[in-house]
Amino acid sequence: MDALEVRGVNKRFGGLQALNDVNLTVEEGRIHAIIGPNGAGKSTLLNCFVGRLTPDSGTVMFHGQNLLGKQPHQINQAGVSRVFQTPEIFSDLTVLENVMIPALAHRDGIFEFNAFKPLRKETDIKQRAIDVLEDLGMEDKVDMMASSMSRGDKRRLEMAMGLVQEPKLLLLDEPTAGMSRADTNNTIDVLRHIGDSRGLTMIIIEHDMHVVFSLADRISVLAQGTVIVEDAPENIKGNVKVQEAYLGGAH
Amino acid sequence: MLGLSRNDFLLLLFVLLLVAAAPMFLNPFPEGSEFAQFNAGYPDLMQRFVIFGIFAIGFNILFGLTGYLSFGHAAFLGAGSYAGVWMLKLLTINVIPAIVVSTLVAGVFSLIIGYISLRRSGIYFSILTLAFAQMSFALAASVLTPITGGETGLQTALHDPRILDGAGSVGGNIPAPSLFGLEMRHSWQVNVGDWLWTFNVGYYLSAFVLMIAFYIAIRIFRSPFGMMLKAVKSNNQRLSYTGISPRPYTLAAFVISGMYAGLAGGLMVAMDPLAGAERMQWTASGEVVLMTILGGVGTLIGPVLGAGLIKYFENIFSKINDNLLHQWFAFMPDGLEDFMVTIIHPFVGKGWHLTLGLMFMLVVIFLPGGLIGGLTGLYNRVFRRRSKAR
Repeated sequence: MDALEVRGVNKRFGGLQALNDVNLTVEEGRIHAIIGPNGAGKSTLLNCFVGRLTPDSGTVMFHGQNLLGKQPHQINQAGVSRVFQTPEIFSDLTVLENVMIPALAHRDGIFEFNAFKPLRKETDIKQRAIDVLEDLGMEDKVDMMASSMSRGDKRRLEMAMGLVQEPKLLLLDEPTAGMSRADTNNTIDVLRHIGDSRGLTMIIIEHDMHVVFSLADRISVLAQGTVIVEDAPENIKGNVKVQEAYLGGAH
Repeated sequence: MLGLSRNDFLLLLFVLLLVAAAPMFLNPFPEGSEFAQFNAGYPDLMQRFVIFGIFAIGFNILFGLTGYLSFGHAAFLGAGSYAGVWMLKLLTINVIPAIVVSTLVAGVFSLIIGYISLRRSGIYFSILTLAFAQMSFALAASVLTPITGGETGLQTALHDPRILDGAGSVGGNIPAPSLFGLEMRHSWQVNVGDWLWTFNVGYYLSAFVLMIAFYIAIRIFRSPFGMMLKAVKSNNQRLSYTGISPRPYTLAAFVISGMYAGLAGGLMVAMDPLAGAERMQWTASGEVVLMTILGGVGTLIGPVLGAGLIKYFENIFSKINDNLLHQWFAFMPDGLEDFMVTIIHPFVGKGWHLTLGLMFMLVVIFLPGGLIGGLTGLYNRVFRRRSKAR
């Protein structure tokens, strides 16, 4: 079954056609990678999925539900979580609180007036947050202020914030950028494990081909705002069009 | 205890002790001594301490947690005051309906203003709230005179209906607001040695309400709701990508803080049944901002401290005049005495704002966390040094 179906998406910024008739189908339970040279429109495409940008035309259907025109929080509540490329965290709060917020959002919905319930009585939510942080090897950092962490740790925190929501679709924008090789491999293992055990659908944008080929079940190659190839990983490496896009050999 | 952690409970106890013993420790100087004028333990001022404390606690729930800086909270204080006086005129001279209704009226009023103002954030939000408050002030002072008494203000009168108790013409005096017959202005005075302590009914009622208000604020600060408000301040955008709609959270915080302001307004008229339009003016809104920043934005007890400090300055520093200064420096040679008086003169009496301004600048520059932030920093430094020494 298709989890996400993107049809004919166009987005123009002034004179730049950032997305040009993008078509994409992501099957449920698969890890789908989107690769492409810088400026190909990968992040723009992702922004269209989460409601940060609205495409000029086209449709984005998620399990038969149109995502376009919805507010970001509605899209998230529908089961789409995004891990941001530049860490978008709550820097004035602790690591644990950063993860508890999305967990509470998942449980309580877009608004819950629970002003008299002590936070420390939310033991279930707290435990879930700690479990996810443990999976990512951050259990010793739960009480740190989020702002005082290294960039790599912020990336992992981002990931924890996405995973704790147990989304139906997880969007990862360069999840391993800024991480050490060891952390990158650890992240791959975590994502692989989650993908296998929970059957979570993922879309991953990545420059690191090691990550892409370790994780992806299917790869779409984006160049100049359009999908030039969509195929299984083993067929991508040798593809002439892909080599042209990356090396610019067409001229 | 009471659903609070140990530390929060101790803080609550500390505040309880503070307000309960205030009539005693705010009068540290013996009656008739040279320093007696620095005593703050008289009912009128103590009432103002706790009432503005409530106002500032509520303001801090909005400004301290969500970071939305409202410049119009005096409008809710004023709306609450008017509603309170009307209750004292129409229903009963008992203060309970006045206090409850003023809180509710301010709640409705802040729901409307908040709903509109929260469409914008940052400086635009501040300007919108300021505009609303100034509109309310202008309306109260002119067009709405039948309801607000215009520039003379609204007060209780001899022939008010007071349908519940009919209190009015008894003895030919305007009845004083009371709690089941116990008049707010009633005080017991106790002489201990040279010291005079005044225990006032109105003060203790206000202090009781302050304790409830403070308790509710602690619960809000420590709840998931409070954490969401802090998240709004930290990264509003991210919150919406996390599946939370920030708007209802900020609106709820706005209404809660508006109700605190209304409660403070209701208490004010319960102490002294007179409400004027100037209570809604922008200077009154600015004052609560100063209180919160001075004490410590986002800290629990800071706003109360800031409110106390500003009200103390307003009432005590403003009383010092040149005669008094001459008395103090009388031990100096004449020339030097005059010189000292000339230097200090602009900072006291009518110039107390100058001292307050300087203090405010010093706090903002050197103690960004306000007085409480500074004290916490000092405590941590001392504590760390000690643990290092061990």
